[in-house]
Amino acid sequence: MSKRFPGVKALSGMHLDLRYGEVLALVGENGAGKSTLMKVLTGIHSVDEGSFFLSGSPFEPTGPKHAQECGISIIHQEFTLMPDLTVAENLYLGREPRSGRFFLDDRRLNQQTQELIDRLGLPLDPRKLVGNLSVAKQQMVEIAKALAYDAKVLIMDEPTAALNDAEVNVLHGLIRRFVRADTGVIYISHRMNELQLISDRITVIRDGEFIRTLETRQTTMPEVISFMVGRELTSAAKHQVQTDHGEVLLSVAGLSTKHLLKDVSFELRKGEILGFAGLMGAGRTEVARAIVGADKMDSGTVTLRGKRLHIRNPADAAKHRIGYLSEDRKSLGLLLDRDVNDNVGLSSIKELFQSFGFIKAKAMLAKSEQYRKALNIKTPSVQQAARNLSGGNQQKVVIAKWLVKNCDILIFDEPTRGIDVGAKEEIYRLLNDLAREGKSIIMISSELPEALRMSHRIVVMSGGRISGVLSAAEASQERVMHFATLRPDRIVPVTEPADAGQGDGQ
Amino acid sequence: MTASTVRAAQRKWGGSMLSASGLKDRLQQFLAFASLIVIFVFFSAANSNFFNYANITSILFSTVVIGTLALGTTFVIITGGIDLSIGTGMTLCAVVSAILVVNLGIPVPLGVLGAVLFGGFIGFINGFNISVLKLPPFIATLAMMLVAQGLSLVLSHTRPIYFSDQPSYTKLSTGKLIPGLNLPNAVIILGIVAVVAGVLLNRTALGRYTYSIGSNEEATALSGINVRKWKITIYTLAGLFTGLAGVMLSARLGSAQPAGGTGYELQAIAAVVIGGTSLSGGKGSIVGTVIGALIISTLNNGLQIMSIPQEWQNVILGGVILVAVYADMARKRAA
Repeated sequence: MSKRFPGVKALSGMHLDLRYGEVLALVGENGAGKSTLMKVLTGIHSVDEGSFFLSGSPFEPTGPKHAQECGISIIHQEFTLMPDLTVAENLYLGREPRSGRFFLDDRRLNQQTQELIDRLGLPLDPRKLVGNLSVAKQQMVEIAKALAYDAKVLIMDEPTAALNDAEVNVLHGLIRRFVRADTGVIYISHRMNELQLISDRITVIRDGEFIRTLETRQTTMPEVISFMVGRELTSAAKHQVQTDHGEVLLSVAGLSTKHLLKDVSFELRKGEILGFAGLMGAGRTEVARAIVGADKMDSGTVTLRGKRLHIRNPADAAKHRIGYLSEDRKSLGLLLDRDVNDNVGLSSIKELFQSFGFIKAKAMLAKSEQYRKALNIKTPSVQQAARNLSGGNQQKVVIAKWLVKNCDILIFDEPTRGIDVGAKEEIYRLLNDLAREGKSIIMISSELPEALRMSHRIVVMSGGRISGVLSAAEASQERVMHFATLRPDRIVPVTEPADAGQGDGQ
Repeated sequence: MTASTVRAAQRKWGGSMLSASGLKDRLQQFLAFASLIVIFVFFSAANSNFFNYANITSILFSTVVIGTLALGTTFVIITGGIDLSIGTGMTLCAVVSAILVVNLGIPVPLGVLGAVLFGGFIGFINGFNISVLKLPPFIATLAMMLVAQGLSLVLSHTRPIYFSDQPSYTKLSTGKLIPGLNLPNAVIILGIVAVVAGVLLNRTALGRYTYSIGSNEEATALSGINVRKWKITIYTLAGLFTGLAGVMLSARLGSAQPAGGTGYELQAIAAVVIGGTSLSGGKGSIVGTVIGALIISTLNNGLQIMSIPQEWQNVILGGVILVAVYADMARKRAA
């Protein structure tokens, strides 16, 4: 099986071949042309020049449906499932089994789905509503949906972006089962260590051009990365190991919510990067949302500089200079249709950019401009709509928003999700710089290497509770995973580490 | 970027409110404006009684009520909401105005102020129901539409209230303040409130938050903006415009007619939509709304002059709305 297409316009001289029975990884920085390539493959865009071959014969996809019928299925980064339909209804959407002409045959639908699920070995219930499933299970439904079409070629765009390590393993198992003598997988990912585990070959593209295809076993990840960015990455930004602990800035005690969190207590020091690790659904995002008042807190206290806070909504949190940067930048972090300037200034209009209700447009523009330079936000102008920026630059816009607000505490939820390797380094450097300047950072991360590398201390959560707190020196992938996978009933209540004595008496 | 580029950007009114998408917004306004011109040229050619000072003034005069309602609704629609209560709300404000001025004998300026504030109160209730009780805007304002309709009849004992002894009240609408210029005060007032609305939307924090909420309400809240408060403010603002529209209508008619009002809300929403404001929120402009309102009243006037029956006028207006919105969407798809 092969596909070749030298010379597409947004892509040029592109060349990709997928062999039978292999997992081909496709890597490239954001904007390198991966998505365009996928859209061309599934017929969403047409090709200006060049051609495809599927199993040796020429192939011209006319649209996603046609591509699917030819055996090419794609799993997009954003899920295309209907949350209000069941697993089975989703899987057979558009080709539901019927009894007679008009009536749907739900019994047969669920039966077929059960068979498919059993064949794939997935822990799914056909009758469950998709909206109630975890992100990982929704991902499985996506995959099952693709496979329900008898796909020969399965294209997965960032399939693990929302998954934790344990779930990634399940996914990889699924991929290995799918890859047989007559099928192949194209796997797009930013997570380098995964490529090593799952792929047979790696195709690197850059700026719409084919760079080269490497045998996974005969290459190293730094080599792949250097092909991607076109340069060797200099030494990774490592956090500054603090010798003396800063004062306690924020302390959270006994935080509980109705649905998930149980007695969450921790402290955040000045100039500290406090990592939050744990599996998906462990409650890390919920902690952040409860602190900033986006969700209701059932019990527990939040104390800032020794003063008890009553935060009812994110506006209150912002007043106390606590900023939350959501994991879901596109739907919770940015106004995509508004320009960079509007986004950067949004939180600070009241304090900085208005007099008597009127917007001080000039001051706001100057400020945005200043931060565009300081954070190296790549955009033709600050009047560019946020939608047109790459993931890394969008993240910088959100960061700029909170820096303009002069926040002391920044809560980053998955700061590098969906951001390419080069931009990731920049975000890391930025986090380190912020901490050095005395900002306190809570960093929720599902990427263990990231959490280990960046954090001064790591709080590990499991089942809505804190199951362990590790210092940078104590932390290792194994230890974090140990705490992250502790069953909630086996968690020993975490007492603050010995050095936290000054946090008493509150 | 240098200071001069910043200034150049600044010159484009509202500074950052315009951007890559700013150009598109202006194109829409141009499109609407071009349609208005085409309609004008068409009627001028079709009937010799159309294009003269008296008739153009009467078009402007008949734009006042719909225009005032549409200005307030523009804010609501940009947030992604809707306000169905403006039609009967306007009637209720007219009744309140009449009760204050005619029945209670309160001086006209205070009576007018009372009616406008009462409109603000209706809007405040809408805003409270929508942002605190979390009712969908459609339902909350539909309920208010019925409440206002009923209350108008209750307060007026289902009888019109006449401003016969209040010449200064009717002068608000039909008087001609500027000597020599044969322009009714109502048109001048519409001009003033349109400018006020434009400044509010483009130059103030209120306007900025209106766009933000419409673009992405949750992201706006997470950015530390008190969305709840601002939404109440925006609906209250729309209510103030409703109150003013009630005053203008009753001043023009010389009476408060408690049975009317329904249908106005849809005409106002139509004006906003024709003007390029998106019902899904985040986009829109006051200039567009003014042009949209003018298109509606020009059509009504022109068709009337051509002796086309009222029923057919509505059919044509409906067609115009479809074409306008379709053109807008087609343009967006092309962009």
